[in-house]
Amino acid sequence: MADAPTFVQKSASLDVLAFLRRYAALTSLLVLLAFNFAVTPHFASWQTLNVNLTQVATIVIVSVGMTLVIATAGIDLSVGSLMAIAGALAPLIFLSPFGVAHPMLGNVLAFIASVAAAGLLGAFNGWFITRFQVQPIVGTLVMFIAGRGIGQVLTNGNLQVFHNPTFQFIGLGRILGVPVQVIVMLIVVALAAWALRRTLFGRQILSVGGNERAARLSGVPVNRVKRWVYTISGLLAGVAGLIVISINSSSDANQVGLGMELDAIAAVAVGGTPFTGGQASVVGSLIGALLIQLLRYTLLANGVPDAAALVVKGAIIAGAVWSQNRGKRA
Amino acid sequence: MSAEVANAAAPARPSRFAWAAQQRVLIALVLLILFGALRYDHFLGAYNVLSVLRYNSMFALTSLGMCFVIMTAGIDLSVGTTAACASVVSALLSPYGLLPGLLGGVATGVAVGAVNGFMVTRMKILPFIATLSSMLMASGTGLLLAHNQSVSVSYESGFTWLGQGDLLGFPVPAWIAGAAYVYGSIALNYSSFGRYVLAVGGNEEAARLMGLPVDRVLFLAYVQSGICASLAGVILAAQFGAGQPAEGVGWELFSIAAVVVGGTLLTGGVGSVATTLAGVLLLGLIFNVLNFENGLGWISLSAYWQSVVRGVFLMVVVMAGSGAARRAGRAA
Repeated sequence: MADAPTFVQKSASLDVLAFLRRYAALTSLLVLLAFNFAVTPHFASWQTLNVNLTQVATIVIVSVGMTLVIATAGIDLSVGSLMAIAGALAPLIFLSPFGVAHPMLGNVLAFIASVAAAGLLGAFNGWFITRFQVQPIVGTLVMFIAGRGIGQVLTNGNLQVFHNPTFQFIGLGRILGVPVQVIVMLIVVALAAWALRRTLFGRQILSVGGNERAARLSGVPVNRVKRWVYTISGLLAGVAGLIVISINSSSDANQVGLGMELDAIAAVAVGGTPFTGGQASVVGSLIGALLIQLLRYTLLANGVPDAAALVVKGAIIAGAVWSQNRGKRA
Repeated sequence: MSAEVANAAAPARPSRFAWAAQQRVLIALVLLILFGALRYDHFLGAYNVLSVLRYNSMFALTSLGMCFVIMTAGIDLSVGTTAACASVVSALLSPYGLLPGLLGGVATGVAVGAVNGFMVTRMKILPFIATLSSMLMASGTGLLLAHNQSVSVSYESGFTWLGQGDLLGFPVPAWIAGAAYVYGSIALNYSSFGRYVLAVGGNEEAARLMGLPVDRVLFLAYVQSGICASLAGVILAAQFGAGQPAEGVGWELFSIAAVVVGGTLLTGGVGSVATTLAGVLLLGLIFNVLNFENGLGWISLSAYWQSVVRGVFLMVVVMAGSGAARRAGRAA
């Protein structure tokens, strides 16, 4: 059975080139860091670190859920829309008369209800895919299309502006100087990496993705595992949505999470998780997201326009996946 | 020989299932049109019909290219940004006349399609990832060329005729899309390319073993999709008077939805051009019907409901298709 990420060491003589290809993302990240320390002015500062980590946190949180989904050989296109729904729901709750009258209760309820709503819709994705044997890409396309519409209908497409320091702690707060969303990101990554390696659920995810028939025959509750990964993906998307609206101090259902599904998928792909399922590396996805973020930062900090950064980002995604393919074949 | 190949590669059962799905989408389209015609006064009026055709021809084109790629068991996420990039290129070339604008736009599509085809066939990158990366590259190129703003087209050179003009009483974009669908239908049903597409999508390994030019077929499918998307981009520029580098967001997923509604399976090997058009029109008409319903004044649904309705509609189609699949004994 495939381990999380499987390392096949054929002999003691480890081919350096093959190693570099296998860890293309990590290698490129280190090279890019070295380049920045040498070239980019004021790179070695807390501020740079904080800026980059706060910007990447939501992508990482979503891509952790995406990694688990992709490990089952699935895909979740709906994450951006679920972010929009969670982002639309929370202000509706804490700005409502009830939320204003009971600020504390309102905030807690806003947080729990909106994340739970995203989780429920994720569970719906899982149910739809397993119950009707639908391809995940089609199954989650439904929620991709309908989900943002639901968010827009909830808010009538209006921008919700708010000032709520307690609620916005998740996006603006700091603990010991570290932004809260970065802590959330690290906890999510650590939990998922641990679960994937050390828990029965993690092993079941990989076995479902590796060979669904074999997993079913050996008694793995395939459908339940799938429903759970989509639920987790939805929950994490909900959390990410709340972070985004907290940072912005406003919620716009037309904008929150737009294009997030592709950013997350790109991070997972660059991180070396194959789309055929059965293998997964949560830490890889973290590295992938960091690489994409740092690349964009490097280009922008050195005066390259954002549009050109987009072209390079596209090329890096293709290049990373290509070199991993070759690394595996070598 | 090639007909046998196609038959061998695409077993009879999925095609029968697809046939059933295809009938359903046509019936649904007819029912929706009937509903609209009976309920609203000007639904079948020339103005409404022509504007629906004019607007949806862009999605019809991207969906046609997508349909062929999906039949090869691939996917093309780059259609939306290819259209956006092509709209910029054609807008920049529009002062030189209609033809340079058109050809420049199409050349953009050929380039993006060739990059896609190269990544899929030579670099062996999964279509989803390959076209995701070219989607970003096309978007970035378009924004660079346009300096992050929309590029006004020339109104003197006659370029706008491609989007705003009429020919024999029908909008030019509808003619372009119509011609593309006639070509697509002939290519799929009567050419070796079409049979190869189905064979490759049905079982790539088998097709390769039978000596079919698998890589060439895949390459051509992506180039074709690029051309279709770029035609949509040219129409976009001509219709709205500007090349729009930030347009095209979500077009790829809308096109996939239209193809799925049209009964083409994402597993490849099965598909139909005509029902893809029906899928596009169904999704497009939902918006139209919502507008008319609002016009009646009984209810007031915001435009945002259209996404919800489209999503639910896609869900119903998929559920119905799944039921048919199970009856045909296909589902596990």
